[in-house]
Amino acid sequence: MPSKLAISYHHVTKSFGRLKAVDDVSLGIAAGEFVSIVGGSGSGKTTLLRLANRLIEADSGTITVEGENVRDVDPVALRRRIGYVFQAGGLFPHLSVADNIGITPRLLGAPASDIARRVDELLELVQLDRDAHRNRLPEALSGGQRQRVGVARALAAKPRIVLMDEPFGALDPLTRDALGDDYRSLHRKLGLTTVMITHDITEAILLADRIAVMRGGKLLAQGTPAELSNSEDAYVLELLRTPRRQVERLNALLPTSGAA
Amino acid sequence: MSFLPDPRWGEALAHLPDYLGNHVRVSLAALALGLAVSLPLAILTRNRPAPRAILLAIASIVQTVPGLALLALFYPLLLLAASVTLAWFGVSFSAFGFLPAMLALALYSMLPVLRNGITGLNGIDPALIEAAKGVGMTARQSLLMVELPLALPVMMAGIRTAAVWVIGTATLSTPIGQTSLGNYIFAGLQTQNWVFVLFGCFASALLALAVDQLLGLIEAGLRHRSHVRSALGAAGIAALVAATLIPSMGRSSQGYVVGAKTFAEQYVLSALLRDRLQTAGLSATARSGLGSSVIFGALKAGDIDLYIDYSGTLWANQLHRSDIKPRAELVAELKAALAKDNITLLGELGFENAYALVMPKKRADALGVRTIADLAARASSLSIAGDYEFFSRPEWAALQKAYGLSFRAQRQMQPDFMYAAVASGEVDVIAGYTSDGLIAKYDLVALEDPRHAIPPYDAILLLAPKRAGDERLQAALEPLLGKIDIATMREANLRASGNDANSSPDAVAKWLRQKVGRR
Repeated sequence: MPSKLAISYHHVTKSFGRLKAVDDVSLGIAAGEFVSIVGGSGSGKTTLLRLANRLIEADSGTITVEGENVRDVDPVALRRRIGYVFQAGGLFPHLSVADNIGITPRLLGAPASDIARRVDELLELVQLDRDAHRNRLPEALSGGQRQRVGVARALAAKPRIVLMDEPFGALDPLTRDALGDDYRSLHRKLGLTTVMITHDITEAILLADRIAVMRGGKLLAQGTPAELSNSEDAYVLELLRTPRRQVERLNALLPTSGAA
Repeated sequence: MSFLPDPRWGEALAHLPDYLGNHVRVSLAALALGLAVSLPLAILTRNRPAPRAILLAIASIVQTVPGLALLALFYPLLLLAASVTLAWFGVSFSAFGFLPAMLALALYSMLPVLRNGITGLNGIDPALIEAAKGVGMTARQSLLMVELPLALPVMMAGIRTAAVWVIGTATLSTPIGQTSLGNYIFAGLQTQNWVFVLFGCFASALLALAVDQLLGLIEAGLRHRSHVRSALGAAGIAALVAATLIPSMGRSSQGYVVGAKTFAEQYVLSALLRDRLQTAGLSATARSGLGSSVIFGALKAGDIDLYIDYSGTLWANQLHRSDIKPRAELVAELKAALAKDNITLLGELGFENAYALVMPKKRADALGVRTIADLAARASSLSIAGDYEFFSRPEWAALQKAYGLSFRAQRQMQPDFMYAAVASGEVDVIAGYTSDGLIAKYDLVALEDPRHAIPPYDAILLLAPKRAGDERLQAALEPLLGKIDIATMREANLRASGNDANSSPDAVAKWLRQKVGRR
């Protein structure tokens, strides 16, 4: 393993009733790494993500964040130091963009002037025009803008770790592509550790350093895209073949010298 | 018919600051208490389906209890509570007026507040609650910063509904001694003063509308996140409260409180008593429209200082006696019994207001009916109507037993409509009152009671325990004793049953004073 682990799962299991959502999963995520967890719906990928900041409590196994067992950490304090980007933004509809972004620093008791400065900084970081967006309500934003605010909110308290739950899933392809690239550069620039959930293997391959494949609560495989191509698991191979097949069909359908 | 404005509008307007102020105070206090109880309950049970269901069921059941009954129930309940606290802690409180009205109305306000509170809180997108947790909020922060602000518009709609209900139902708090806009309605219905009835209805409707609109302004402000609108609405409510508090602060001590039950004769006599006291230089105010079961307790507890009751009523309801004694003997025995409670039976006014079976004179002659015994033979083909309490009173049981009465049908009616009903032949016989002026007006006859099944009902003047040694009061009232005979009272009641300016209780009392004064 390269450098120290930001997050580690060690034989972690979580059931809801009789359903084993996460079944004996072990996974290490190094500091500074961008890991994508891929799987279909019901694969347990969201549960696995939420176990890390204790939005869900594990039944058994050990989870550590920056070396500490999460069970020994106050869950509220834990969540305040881990950024979390929700599906479709999860913005509070009654709070302005600025109040949404500044919420975690506010909970941490930062002075209002510091929060205001930080909000402006973050709006710039996620490439939203300050004056145009600061005081708007989320309902006045486009889907892409909302998700940019969601990212800004996750980064507000300067976390070293960011968890993302299908952050770009609901966006149109162009916005999605732009936002993915922008986030990827933020990840690098700020030296973050990012765990991103997606059901889209293409997105995972394009953004992540490493991919973990979940199915039926089990971790089927993990590794770089290249490593996964050598997997012996039929599902993993099929998953990786899909984007390639799509590219071939696209190439056949689109004239090579076309739009590009 | 005069083209000048009816003076009763002016009279109604003169009462407005007092009635409206009391109405607003009791309504808003009830609403505040209802909110203080319901909102925490809604918050506590929002994630607990079982207690939530139980709570909503209880609130729904309370809602099905008629407002009048709910208000009336709180009086004996509080009376009991007051006696318990007196026995245990040596402190007592008044079970009369404001407290029972406020508690009953608060209970009444709970359902819409609870239901909308729970609906509002449960209707929040679970993803947002998850997000609140995810950004690092504690459960309390999530409630205060996310859940409550998001549920507020729905909660506010429930508060508006509750406010309208409470303001409307508060008109029913008059019979338990809380002055309200219902005073117009009760007094107006009893004395056939439709100006008062209309005035009371419009005033309470306008008040409900105004409060609803102000709360609506706050709600719209919350919904559209406009602080200006919320602040305007809140300022309106605050101004309303302030306006009703200012006159009461300036008000001096009330002097003697004269009670009256809910029928015209009582309104007239209350006006006469107050007139007597004022003539003697004593200040007096009225507490009218009190329920028959409430008024004696109110006197005993000192919430009112004096009122007129009827010997037979107290004999049956307070002494729980069913035997029948001659008039003077019954009063003497009653006087001794009441003295044990330190209540002064100052004396009889002179007339009797007993129950009597009444029918049109012509019909009685045609049927050859002069006494109740004659009636009994024909009762199986006749119908009878009585007021709301008559058929559950011991007199009715005694009549049935003494004469073997059994009617084809029996109905309950508002006393004021009974006489017209029997005159028009809608019913054959009514259980009327001997002092009622309508007996003469409609040419009715009260049937004789040869077996003395109905006890005597002398009008008697009662004084509260704290007035037992009040010689000035007693001296002021003594001139009335024995001065009002049945013919005089019938005529007074007939005048009061009119529907014009001369039929107001004050006007009739003035007439009565001159009549009594001449003797």
